[in-house]
Amino acid sequence: MSELSYNPTELLICTASRLMEDETTAFIGTGIPMLAAALAQRRQAPNLVPVFEFGGVGAILEELPIAVGEARTFHKALHASGICDIMETAARGFIDYGFLGGAQIDPYGNLNSTIIGPQHHPPKVRLPGSGGANDVGSLCWRTIIIIRHSRRSFVEKCDFVTTPGYLTGPGAREEAGLPPGTGPLYVVSTLALLGFDEESKRMKLLKTQPGVTVEQVIAETGFELIIPDRVGVNDPPDAEELRILREEVDRQRLYI
Amino acid sequence: MEVIESGIGALIQPPDMNAFREWNRTQKSRRLVDKLMSEQEAIRRFVYDGCYIGTELYGTVRCPMSLVREVLRQGFKGLRVCGQGVTELDLWLAAGVVKTLDITYIGLEVYGTSSALRRAVESGQVEQVVEWSNAGLSWRFKAAAMGVPFIPVRSMLGTDTLKYSAAKVVKCPFTGEKVALLPALILDVGLMHVHRADRYGNCQVEGITGFGFEFARACKRLIVSAEEIVPTDEIRKYPDRTLVPYYLVDAVVHAPFGSHPGEMAYVYCRDEPEIKAWVEASKTEEGARAYLQEWIYDLPDHQAYLEKVGRERLERLVAGRERRE
Repeated sequence: MSELSYNPTELLICTASRLMEDETTAFIGTGIPMLAAALAQRRQAPNLVPVFEFGGVGAILEELPIAVGEARTFHKALHASGICDIMETAARGFIDYGFLGGAQIDPYGNLNSTIIGPQHHPPKVRLPGSGGANDVGSLCWRTIIIIRHSRRSFVEKCDFVTTPGYLTGPGAREEAGLPPGTGPLYVVSTLALLGFDEESKRMKLLKTQPGVTVEQVIAETGFELIIPDRVGVNDPPDAEELRILREEVDRQRLYI
Repeated sequence: MEVIESGIGALIQPPDMNAFREWNRTQKSRRLVDKLMSEQEAIRRFVYDGCYIGTELYGTVRCPMSLVREVLRQGFKGLRVCGQGVTELDLWLAAGVVKTLDITYIGLEVYGTSSALRRAVESGQVEQVVEWSNAGLSWRFKAAAMGVPFIPVRSMLGTDTLKYSAAKVVKCPFTGEKVALLPALILDVGLMHVHRADRYGNCQVEGITGFGFEFARACKRLIVSAEEIVPTDEIRKYPDRTLVPYYLVDAVVHAPFGSHPGEMAYVYCRDEPEIKAWVEASKTEEGARAYLQEWIYDLPDHQAYLEKVGRERLERLVAGRERRE
């Protein structure tokens, strides 16, 4: 097959979308996770149950939502509820996956979306804040983080830990009081698909994105990554994925 | 119960459940009183400088935007605010009327970070910023709604979000596990927009409920705006749809398109060009000021605002609404 042309956003969407499993519940946030979920419902996961924090459960994503509370988040849905019920549903262990983003990520998958700089107030740069991210990172079974890859975003230490990954390492989540068996599973970046080492809970490279070398990933990461002996290469977005994204999911090109 | 960790954020509005009970006993009538009034009267009577005020749901979704604009028109300042906010809190921040913030998220969603928030917080104009998660703030309302001073949750633990909040971590006396205790949040004034209400304040909404249920029960004063004012008989026909009963409500304001430029499920969709206009204007202080002048201060009321938006544009938003099919 000849090489298809696609942009970094399309690559992130397709990589994340393939990780969405049929007949699972998944917290969907604004932006790339919405596109990935809409794509997944048209591919391998027609019975994916998107969960939106302000109350939408089980929407059919025929039209792309652009906000986590808007009517498309409960379009032909099974349930239009409220935030307390949704977050309590996560607390009771009903939400399988949560998709998250952030401005910074550290080796343990902790995320920052609150401030940039050493001081909390007044800060050098004020970001939006946790929103539902902390709750999703605390209460879902497994989280999948979607983030653009650079030394500015992949940092040794987040300026502020908004959302818990594995915190300081093995056992730290449980020690903090978070439910056992939870934590980040994958990191989808513009350069790679990454996971976390079972023992140390530190980030490890799983696959590079097409056309990216392991050296490039290392050079663009601000901390030491675990590099296994064998590193695979992610399949590029295929023609059908790109067609669905461009012609059905994001016809108005709000994102891609 | 031993406190293991305490957030260093200020407790901007300490909970006093006995005072809240007494308030609800003496200040909230059980009588069916006609509370329909103009937005000017509602805001003038119940909002005051320095009050702790909140809005439901959020900026682009079923948000009391007409009331938010009236708060600015009447010049209230020094507000203590909690927020999940998009355009509504952006307007207040840009106008410089926010003194302290219990924040969970203030941003422009798909359009990124909020320039108004950045200017107001990075300059130190907002004096205190206390962090919470989204569920955290909603659960704080829930605690107030339950009439208890705090609620134990399993969010925020282990993070800086907790460290810069006013939450506390304790060992659960039943399981021995750590839990976060969030203080109840009782609002001095709450603003909320609903699909329909009667003149006594019985309110019904369609679609998701956001945090409306808990919020309405956590307010000392609750001002409700409604797309439609209906006879009480309509409410009595569908009592299962009533999210907010009359005794919680202090003022009812008729505000068609009250959520504009945000949406109202099944009634009208969001006004994307207008939201983008704010995103662009708010990038600079001058731009934000000019927008506030043109769309708020220079207009006498919500009716004038709607006339400025124009019938044709409003009709397009109605045509683009989500439909029950």
